[in-house]
Formats: sequence, C-alpha cells, structure tokens
Amino acid sequence: MRYDDVLGLIGNTPLVGIHELSPNPDVAIFAKLEGQNPGGSSKDRIALKMVELAEKEGVLRPGDTILEPTSGNTGIGLAIVARRRGYRLRVVMPQNVSVERRQLLEIFGAEIVLSPGGEGSNGAIRMSEQIAVEHPEFVRLFQYGNPANPLAHYEGTGPEIWRDCPEVDVFVAGLGTSGTLMGVGRYLKERNPSVQVVAVEPPSGELVQGLRNLDDGFVPPIFDPDVLDRKFIVRPRESIEWLRELLDRCQVFAGVSSGAAVAGAVKVAAEMDAGTIVTLLPDGGWKYLSSGAWTDDLDEVVERATKINYW
Amino acid sequence: MAVTVRLPTLLRPHADGAAAVEARGGTVGQVFAELAGRYPGLGQQLVDGEGGLHKFVNVYRNDDDIRYLDQLDTKVADGDTISILPAVAGG
Repeated sequence: MRYDDVLGLIGNTPLVGIHELSPNPDVAIFAKLEGQNPGGSSKDRIALKMVELAEKEGVLRPGDTILEPTSGNTGIGLAIVARRRGYRLRVVMPQNVSVERRQLLEIFGAEIVLSPGGEGSNGAIRMSEQIAVEHPEFVRLFQYGNPANPLAHYEGTGPEIWRDCPEVDVFVAGLGTSGTLMGVGRYLKERNPSVQVVAVEPPSGELVQGLRNLDDGFVPPIFDPDVLDRKFIVRPRESIEWLRELLDRCQVFAGVSSGAAVAGAVKVAAEMDAGTIVTLLPDGGWKYLSSGAWTDDLDEVVERATKINYW
Repeated sequence: MAVTVRLPTLLRPHADGAAAVEARGGTVGQVFAELAGRYPGLGQQLVDGEGGLHKFVNVYRNDDDIRYLDQLDTKVADGDTISILPAVAGG
C-alpha cells in the first residue's frame, strides 16, 4: 500500500471475526473495524465526502471556515480533512464528551465551542445555528442533513462489506445521524433484498435535558425509517459489558458505542438458526481510556456513561 | 394485562411526576388510551391528531421500537415494559 497523502487511508477497513461472542455456533459475527481509519473513526469517511461534495458544488472555497455541530468523531475527521485542504474548522461540541476527543481536535487545529452537556447533540445543533446567524460566511456541512453522509457509506462502507462478506444476512450498527445505516442498508438491500438492517441506539432521550416538550425533539433529515427492519435500545450497562467481552474474548479494542453494536449483534444472533452477521464498530478504544471502561468498577463506569457522551 | 410504562423526564409532569406507571391493555394503543383517560395531557403528547405516534417520540416494547413491530397495534403481555423516549440527535 502506498498513498500520496493521509486522506488516501480513509476507508477499506477490515472485517474481523468475533465468532467467540456468538451464542449460536451456526451464526458467524464479523466486526468492521472503523477505528482503522486515519482519524480513528468511521466519520473520516463522511468528513471527506462532505468536503468533496461542497468543493464540487462551489460552496467551499480556499480559506473558508467550516462550522459543524458534533459529539466528536465527525469533528476529528473534519479537522484532518480541513487542515489538508486549507480550510479552518469551528466545532460545536457538548461539554461532556471524553477529554481525548477534545485533545485530538486541538491537535489537528480545530477551534472548539462547547455547548451545554445536558442538552446533548441537540444543544450543539442549536448553538451552531446561533453561530451561523452571527457568521453567515461560515460553511455548514451539517452531517445530520447532508446527503454526502449516507453517500459515503453507500459508495464505500457498503461495497466493502459486500466485497468481503457477500454471505451477509444481517447488518447491525448504531444509530446516531443514521448515515451508516442508511448508506450501508440501501446498498446491501440493492444487492440482496433479504438482508436485514438492524439499528441499535442508546437510550439518549432519557439523558437529554432542556426539552420542553416532544416538539423539541430531533430526527435527522437524512433518516429514512423504511431502510431499517428493526431498531432497539441497548443500555449503557450492556454496552460496557459487551465492550469488555470483546476485549477479553476476542482481543478487539473498540470504543464505547461499539459495545452497543456488539450487544445488538449478539441479541440478533441468539434469535437466528444460522447465518452471518456483520456489525460496524465506529471507532477504537483509544479515546475512551480515561472513561475507565475496561478497568474501573462496572457500576461506576455505567454511572459515568450516563453523564458523559460517548456516542 | 398489567404493563409498566416508563416515562421520560419531560412527560412526568403530565402523570403527577411519576417516572413509571402501571397500565392495562392488550396492545400499546390500548395502554395509551387507558393512560390518556387518567392523564389527558399525556395522551395528547403521545398520539397525533390522526391517531398515529407523535413524530418526535419513540416507543419501545421491552426495548424494541414499536415502529418496526406493529406500531400502536403491537401486542403487550403481562409484565412487559413500555418505554417512551423523545427522539434526540446522536452522532
């Protein structure tokens, strides 16, 4: 492998068997390790695609400032892409994300604006809208509504899974912006309509404060409910338990939201007679060492996970 | 059929501050109708004018989103838990 610059490393992540975790010997589980991307997460893919599309459409010009609300990974991906391509980046991020995310953003030269932690990503979105009013010259890529987000997965992640694992029966991934599930789900269903697309989500609606009523809720504009076949909640305790199982039994070191994806894959595997599941692990464990996820008392880590935004 | 309905913080004021309430019904819709009888404000929040689920609410039967089961016709059994969560952003 040889690339002219670091952006060439984005995508083409490996699938690795984590069959030890399958409750049924006739169900294989493969994990797609998105932590292998240069910025350490699947968000590198959408960062590059959003910037490329904005350049092509002429909305992004050299020296421009990009403004983006993000809980971290999209910001890190954008920081790398923006720096390579000569843009400035201002990231609006909930105050309660892990310290490593902030450090990485600073290292890559992003300017960080903190939004109230209790308001989660909703608060970051709201604050970025205020900043956009004060700075109409900023370019907003807005991952929640940008078609380049699902497109990056439709053109990259989906075909990679199909190339490496055409026997896939079920795809399981976490639901955040929904970009991964939309892009990969559409691609796999076009190839094989019987592929099941399963979303797992944290019970984040329990934690977000500052909602006055349900009308303050948010559904990403790119989300099309018809792409999914099933959606269920995985709670923080289960996520951390499976994150530890993943490390202890498979020696795969992944981020906290990967624990939820694995929990989802295991739950689906238990209900199948036979077949193959592919689950996507959005990032590696490096950014979560400070969370004590692998080392501290489980109850304490779970308690912390209800206060700190690990998704 | 007695089920437990878990309420998010923002809906608790409509149910005298309770985090969870017991209710009866054979489907999620029947459970919500029974709750709406007791707590009219809660009923208005959950179901829209056309009798469908409010756009920004997610309802789960034992953690499975009922939009991918049988919506409000999703059956519930004795001891099931229905969780109601506002739709919020992730990522």
